[in-house]
Amino acid sequence: MTASPEPTTVSTYRDAIREAIRDAMTRDPRVFLMGEDVGHYGGCFAVSKGLLDEFGPDRVRDTPLSESGFVGAGIGAAMGGMRPIVEVMTVNFSLLALDQIVNNAATLRHMSGGQFGVPVVIRMATGGGKQVGAQHSHSLEGWYAHIPGIKVLAPATLEDARGMLWTALEDPDPVLIFEHVLLYNMEGDLAPDAGAVDIAKAAIRRHGRDISLITYGGMLSKTMAAAATLKEQGIDAEVIDLRTLRPLDSETIIESVARTHRVVIVDEGWRSGSLAAEISARIMEQAFYDLDAPVARVCSKEVPMPYAPHLEQATLPQSDDIVAAAQILVGGHE
Amino acid sequence: MTSKSAKPHLTREHLHELLRKMLLIRHFEEKCAELYSAQKIHGFLHLYIGEEAVAVGCVEALEPDDAVVATYREHGQALARGISSGAVMAEMYGKQEGCSRGRGGSMHIFDADTRFYGGNAIVGGGLPLAVGLALADKMQGLDRVTACFFGDGAVAEGEFHESLNLAALWDLPVLFICENNLYAMGTALTLTESETDIHLKAASYGMPARQVDGMDVVEVEAVAREAVSEIREGKGPYFLECRTYRFRAHSMFDAQLYRDKAEVEEWQEKGPVVRFTKWLQDSGNIHESDLTEIEASVAAEIDSAVAFAEAGTWEPVEDLTRDVYAPGGTS
Repeated sequence: MTASPEPTTVSTYRDAIREAIRDAMTRDPRVFLMGEDVGHYGGCFAVSKGLLDEFGPDRVRDTPLSESGFVGAGIGAAMGGMRPIVEVMTVNFSLLALDQIVNNAATLRHMSGGQFGVPVVIRMATGGGKQVGAQHSHSLEGWYAHIPGIKVLAPATLEDARGMLWTALEDPDPVLIFEHVLLYNMEGDLAPDAGAVDIAKAAIRRHGRDISLITYGGMLSKTMAAAATLKEQGIDAEVIDLRTLRPLDSETIIESVARTHRVVIVDEGWRSGSLAAEISARIMEQAFYDLDAPVARVCSKEVPMPYAPHLEQATLPQSDDIVAAAQILVGGHE
Repeated sequence: MTSKSAKPHLTREHLHELLRKMLLIRHFEEKCAELYSAQKIHGFLHLYIGEEAVAVGCVEALEPDDAVVATYREHGQALARGISSGAVMAEMYGKQEGCSRGRGGSMHIFDADTRFYGGNAIVGGGLPLAVGLALADKMQGLDRVTACFFGDGAVAEGEFHESLNLAALWDLPVLFICENNLYAMGTALTLTESETDIHLKAASYGMPARQVDGMDVVEVEAVAREAVSEIREGKGPYFLECRTYRFRAHSMFDAQLYRDKAEVEEWQEKGPVVRFTKWLQDSGNIHESDLTEIEASVAAEIDSAVAFAEAGTWEPVEDLTRDVYAPGGTS
């Protein structure tokens, strides 16, 4: 018999997260899942389907529609020795728990002089593209990335969907994980032994010499598609997946800019006061003289997300927008 | 420490200790007001004077392993819980010897040793934390109670209702203590609540809920012990509405335009310290010499706390970002 190459299994982003939760709950009795419809319903995006049967109602805990109450309870339980995974249906709903996240989770360690940490993980869906209107579709992760005291993750690949959760649970501080709604059905190969990944570094998903396209989460696939189109036009784009929005891996960004001298930042959030603005400012501060062109941004149009499909698509950053922005920057490149 | 029973032991020593704790809180805060005027203490300073019986009586019912979640008006709970008065005073000064290293101030007292989880200055914000602490205890099979203090103002917040529901739904070991001092800052309860009997709201969530004379330390302690005893039997949360009154202004910036002096005076006459002292005297449970001794010991403790705070040091500015994340974490 000959040794076969390492087999991979086909998985979806949704299954990868479920496997990550199952793995964490199996490995650590302190871990439990709590949120709206996570148990009997199986999760509003079917992420936790089957986990109630496997782990029971104590550890897969359905909550009432009390975002502030159960997110705060997750924070308290984390301080009390547990390792809760709190699921909030969407980032828009998390605004009902903003008090607990910003005033408690983010502050308690510093405000208590280092006496109390909050090792909670809060997962939520983010982003548009499913025609669910202005109260279910926004990308507010950039807001959360503004807050010192929390960490913000945006898994964009199956490996990160599978691997970021355990690392987040091991982190002694509150970690928010943003899962883009369009990624749940994303299918691909995942190694059966896929496991924990680092959450400290951005990843270069495509190496290139001419321009750096910086993005994260749901925008990664559109940015990769834009890079492929640009390649056909003779423009060799590098694609950086930030992975972690706070703390930002400035080093990888600056190092890339130093090589390519041109940058487009792709961010599904609104442009004003965005994460893209923060990245742009860091590049000005740390790599101004490496730039051959102003930093460009491709963001969502500044409107509440509309329902009609053509309007929603016009609101969201598209691959063509990224290509167009890159072409302008590269200008004379032939 | 011996296990707490469901009933208080009204020995002379115990009664004297209750008085001493209330006097410590009272005089500590009088000193704080003085130090605020002297600009030793800054920011917000919310005094508990008038409400001492609630903190002292309820904390008496707790074991060392139990947890306390309190509000921005929490000097009383902190001192009753046994956090060193020096560390609390140093915190008000903003010194690094303070119980929160000077990061919290008057509104954010924390102490891991006594499981004192703050000092929460968002009205209602502490209730979900208390639910979570109790959930952790229940899931880990720990025989611990979380005492959660809040004011009548919190009752109007959604977090109050969400938390009571969760605690009752999941049978969690929480002692909810509403310090009903009749005003949410400067707005009377009657102007903000359709139902001013707050314990009735709690009862609607299916938990035992009682109204207590919050100006009577012995009654508060007795009821709190019964409540804690039931909670420890696994019967779920318990709610106490302690009717009390804040003698001083809401904070140091409050001209008290919203209440009559006569009303304040009326409540002062039934104040927890004056009433308990008189009862101790009338019942022959305390002599003048005992009183003098207690007053002297409290005064000495406060002098020592102030000296500790004065001698405290400022945290180096280089340490500013310490503890935003755990050691090794990045910002």
